[in-house]
Amino acid sequence: MTYKGHFRIWRGDEEGGSLEDFEVEVNEGEVVLDIIHRLQATQAPDLAVRWNCKAGKCGSCSAEVNGRPRLLCMTRMSIFSEGETITVTPMRAFSVIKDLVPDVSYNYTKAREVTSFTPPEGLGPGEYRMQQEDVERSQEFRKCIECFLCQDTCHVVRDHEENKSAFAGPRFLMRAAELEMHPLDEADRRDAVQDEHGLGMCNITKCCTEVCPEGIKITDNALIPMKERVAGRRYDPVVWLGNKLFKRGS
Amino acid sequence: MSTDTGVHAPPRARLPVSTLRNDRWWVPQVLTIAGLSIFVIYATVRVFLQQNYWVEEYHYLTPFYSPCISTGCVDGAAHFGRFIPDHALIPYAALSLPFLLLFRLTCYYYRKAYYRSFWLAPPACAVPEPHARYTGETRFPLILQNIHRYFFYLAFAITIINTYDMLLAFQTADGGFGLGLGNVILVVNVVMLWLYTLSCHSCRHVMGGRLKNFSKHPVRYRMWTRISALNTRHMEFAWISLGTLMLVDLYVMLVASGTITDLRFIG
Amino acid sequence: MTEVERHSYDVLVIGAGGAGLRAAIEAREQGLRTAVICKSLFGKAHTVMAEGGCAAAMGNVNSGDNWQVHFRDTMRGGKFLNNWRMAELHAKEAPDRVWELETYGALFDRTGDGRISQRNFGGHEYPRLAHVGDRTGLELIRTMQQKVVSLQQEDYRDLGDYDARLKVFSECTVTQLLNDDSGAISGAFAYWRESGRFVQFDAPAVVLATGGIGKSFSVTSNSWEYTGDGHALAMRAGAKLINMEFVQFHPTGMVWPPSVKGILVTEGVRGDGGVLKNANGERFMFNYIPDVFKGYYADNPEEADRWYSDPNNNRRTPDLLPRDEVARAINTEVKEGRGSPHGGVYLDIASRLSDEEIERRLPSMHHQFKELADVDITSEAMEVGPTCHYVMGGVAVDPDTGAADGVPGLFAAGECAGGMHGSNRLGGNSLSDLLVFGRRAGAGAAEYLSSLTERPTANQTQVDEAARAAVEPFGAGETYENPYTLQSDLQRLMNDLVGIIRTEGEMSEALTKLRDLAERARHVGIEGNRQYNPGWHLALDLSNMLLVSECVARAALRRTESRGGHTRDDFPKMDAEWRHTLLECTLDGESVTVTPGEQVPMRADLLELFELTELEKYYTEPELVEHPARSGAQREEGAP
Repeated sequence: MTYKGHFRIWRGDEEGGSLEDFEVEVNEGEVVLDIIHRLQATQAPDLAVRWNCKAGKCGSCSAEVNGRPRLLCMTRMSIFSEGETITVTPMRAFSVIKDLVPDVSYNYTKAREVTSFTPPEGLGPGEYRMQQEDVERSQEFRKCIECFLCQDTCHVVRDHEENKSAFAGPRFLMRAAELEMHPLDEADRRDAVQDEHGLGMCNITKCCTEVCPEGIKITDNALIPMKERVAGRRYDPVVWLGNKLFKRGS
Repeated sequence: MSTDTGVHAPPRARLPVSTLRNDRWWVPQVLTIAGLSIFVIYATVRVFLQQNYWVEEYHYLTPFYSPCISTGCVDGAAHFGRFIPDHALIPYAALSLPFLLLFRLTCYYYRKAYYRSFWLAPPACAVPEPHARYTGETRFPLILQNIHRYFFYLAFAITIINTYDMLLAFQTADGGFGLGLGNVILVVNVVMLWLYTLSCHSCRHVMGGRLKNFSKHPVRYRMWTRISALNTRHMEFAWISLGTLMLVDLYVMLVASGTITDLRFIG
Repeated sequence: MTEVERHSYDVLVIGAGGAGLRAAIEAREQGLRTAVICKSLFGKAHTVMAEGGCAAAMGNVNSGDNWQVHFRDTMRGGKFLNNWRMAELHAKEAPDRVWELETYGALFDRTGDGRISQRNFGGHEYPRLAHVGDRTGLELIRTMQQKVVSLQQEDYRDLGDYDARLKVFSECTVTQLLNDDSGAISGAFAYWRESGRFVQFDAPAVVLATGGIGKSFSVTSNSWEYTGDGHALAMRAGAKLINMEFVQFHPTGMVWPPSVKGILVTEGVRGDGGVLKNANGERFMFNYIPDVFKGYYADNPEEADRWYSDPNNNRRTPDLLPRDEVARAINTEVKEGRGSPHGGVYLDIASRLSDEEIERRLPSMHHQFKELADVDITSEAMEVGPTCHYVMGGVAVDPDTGAADGVPGLFAAGECAGGMHGSNRLGGNSLSDLLVFGRRAGAGAAEYLSSLTERPTANQTQVDEAARAAVEPFGAGETYENPYTLQSDLQRLMNDLVGIIRTEGEMSEALTKLRDLAERARHVGIEGNRQYNPGWHLALDLSNMLLVSECVARAALRRTESRGGHTRDDFPKMDAEWRHTLLECTLDGESVTVTPGEQVPMRADLLELFELTELEKYYTEPELVEHPARSGAQREEGAP
């Protein structure tokens, strides 16, 4: 089952870099991250890569394999044929630090901009009562391991750096949706989601859902429901007409 | 191809190519373009043909002419009166067709399909789009996509009319009960129209998705659960119902023009 | 000499897992300027790997539960070697800590009446684990990460700067704690992983929350971060480690394919009905109920199966014995030739729950096996075997404040603190430990700060020395040791010689080999520059791993009995004389010394919570004269 696999791995930093070729042993049951580790141990000790759990639970080892955003630890070698050249690059929507390690600070900046959980005034610890059916929608979004592959693949920022300031990305639009659907959250994020987080930029082309390693239905369950909530508040013709005629805020 | 603010923008990893995807990512886009084009061409031709839309003998009315409200409509086909002028450029179903078109045009699935395939924004995941600027649905005209929900309400009403047409077709010209292959096709089409309409994301929202606490609204929660299950197959229903629309129309046209005769089971 | 970036804080928390974040939240809420330093990105800590749940006697599912029962379970699980005060605080405060998480936004699974649902777990008498499917650790981390963000948003509103009072330094590794001439903590020395540049933190209080040491073993559920940094930093700063011989091997890790060997299979599988079977299809756990647990566990499959639906009238299944017992049982089955093809045993949930139930209750396990092993757990049994999971040993601390013995200003919480779990930790007690003692360490640091009249100052020579030591691997000569090879040699050595079953001969051999490795480590060298260089990072982590491994081996050699996470083939029995003895590791210059210390006797009111007959299995006679069942009887006799 062991064979020599052919890999092309991007090496470099923000000054420049290129794809380097490697021949490396591949064994049964391995994933791409195993190969990267073997390279570090045998051929390229300073090859930079982020990883932690190696079990698809922490979302650290995000990269692009043959041009597709993926977790290196969940990409099994068995999906490739033996003769195939496997190309690994860092995520291309972010600036690169070194080799496969990108600068993901954009995501942490955006995380701070979404209004946090706002519980009802006067509800103490231990007094929270919520039904399972009421928490399930938000629980799906809380499965997110913050691998930022959705942020990486989203063309709004991937193809347009200038949109980063106005667009929070699927991960954080989903965070807003999670809180909007939290049965005990009292804040209203509908205006912010449209005006500050750039929900309107999303054209629901579903790449975020396609790459999500947790299988979260980001578009159908978070982004579109948020668009609907915003539509109810902002683009309801009846409400709009009322507001125009009577100049009142709603 | 790509602009300097995308994947080639420093300080991103410098690579000579825009995408390293080596699979056939363009196949779904090509199929989408083909599928939608066939439908649009077919529908346009048929809507302006203004004939062979009604089979008097079996009360078959094609959905492309329902409700038939033009003064040009034949007697039996106009179930809701005839009040718009007969003109070559005004479809006989001028009240319903624009809204059905807008319903599908603003549908969350079709938006994905045509943004990707016709507008290439993006052509596929992790494949750069060829536009220098991108503002999404934040400004006119695309901001109007947000009124999808109101087209859903209208489409819902029109689907009721289609259902009514379908039911009427069980009565033959002599007043008796009849059943032919045409009826079967009409039923299949109406079922698919309902599945497509009810699986709509806006429908999911208004039926229950907008609620914060499902537990306080058990009936709406049940409806939301059912619609959510249908919603996962919205794309499938979108394509199948396009197909059944064309099929039923083609069948009615062929029977009405006498090209074929309806296969009758009863009556 | 070296140009060093410098920051000043009140409290420095090292580690951004559950304990670290809880400590940081507490310190910040008490008004202290707090920094959190972590080796990985914010939110990636090893806590995310915790699956089953967080033990807290809330009594939501079975109202019979209370802190006393939880306390008893914890002590039993740890074979009465636990620091009883920690176990008491833990049992009493865990419910409050869990409820507090809800106010931060956590969404646990619910009971029918809308409270937090609780699940069964090994060693817990009642359903006690608050959980979210099988990703509870992720929920904890994300919740506290988001709480940190919400505190930062407050600071942004008040002060115009998100980082004004609570800042996270991610991808930053501490290599050395700094102290003043009196030995009090004055800060820490670190490097940025990204750039390789050095950072000096000035802070009078440091909370260690660095987790465990599992990366020193080749089959482990732990991530690369678990290199025993906190343990080693504390020792070098003059603190002592206790209970280092107790290493928990989780009974169920994946065994196939090789590249995923060791990855955890949650105990929740067994809590929800999964059973262990050997190659002959026998449920072998019924043959392994130890004497001390007889009477608490069902001795036949029929009763065990009834227990799931009627826990009040049936005894629980032995599949849910404490982890050390199950791990040993699996080890024996495999050794005696009744293992699965890849050297494990079978864990069967497929024949016990419907496909939908499995996917609903164990989604990550379903996903993990599907993706990594191509096994569909709704139709096939999993192959599992023991994997290094947790170290019970750690920094000796004051139970109430988390203050490390002997080093003013140093605190420790979570896995890197010792005592709480005794010789074996119960599943689910880790997440609650993080919350209870994370908060206490944060509060302890605040209290310490308010008692300080003067801030300890950094010692420049120490900083210069730390900077020199950090770049040493770049100066290796022509021929040098590869850090990756060294690490894998160490892992194999610890796994083979100081693993789940230990003997004197093997451990002595291990100590000799560890000395060789330490010698080789002096010549470790690396390629490339300081910018994000994993070889360099590993080279620096290696010295911590070697130090901590030596503690484990020395303490394990010294303890001539078997108890919990320490099993001696040559001393297979538990010895009551060893129960009240704790082995303390200290660093004396370059060498590790292990000295026995006395365990503080349990407070009488806590001792009373146990039946005398149970205590007699663990305690020596003289220790039990205080027990009311005995002393009361004596008083009666002596009464006039």
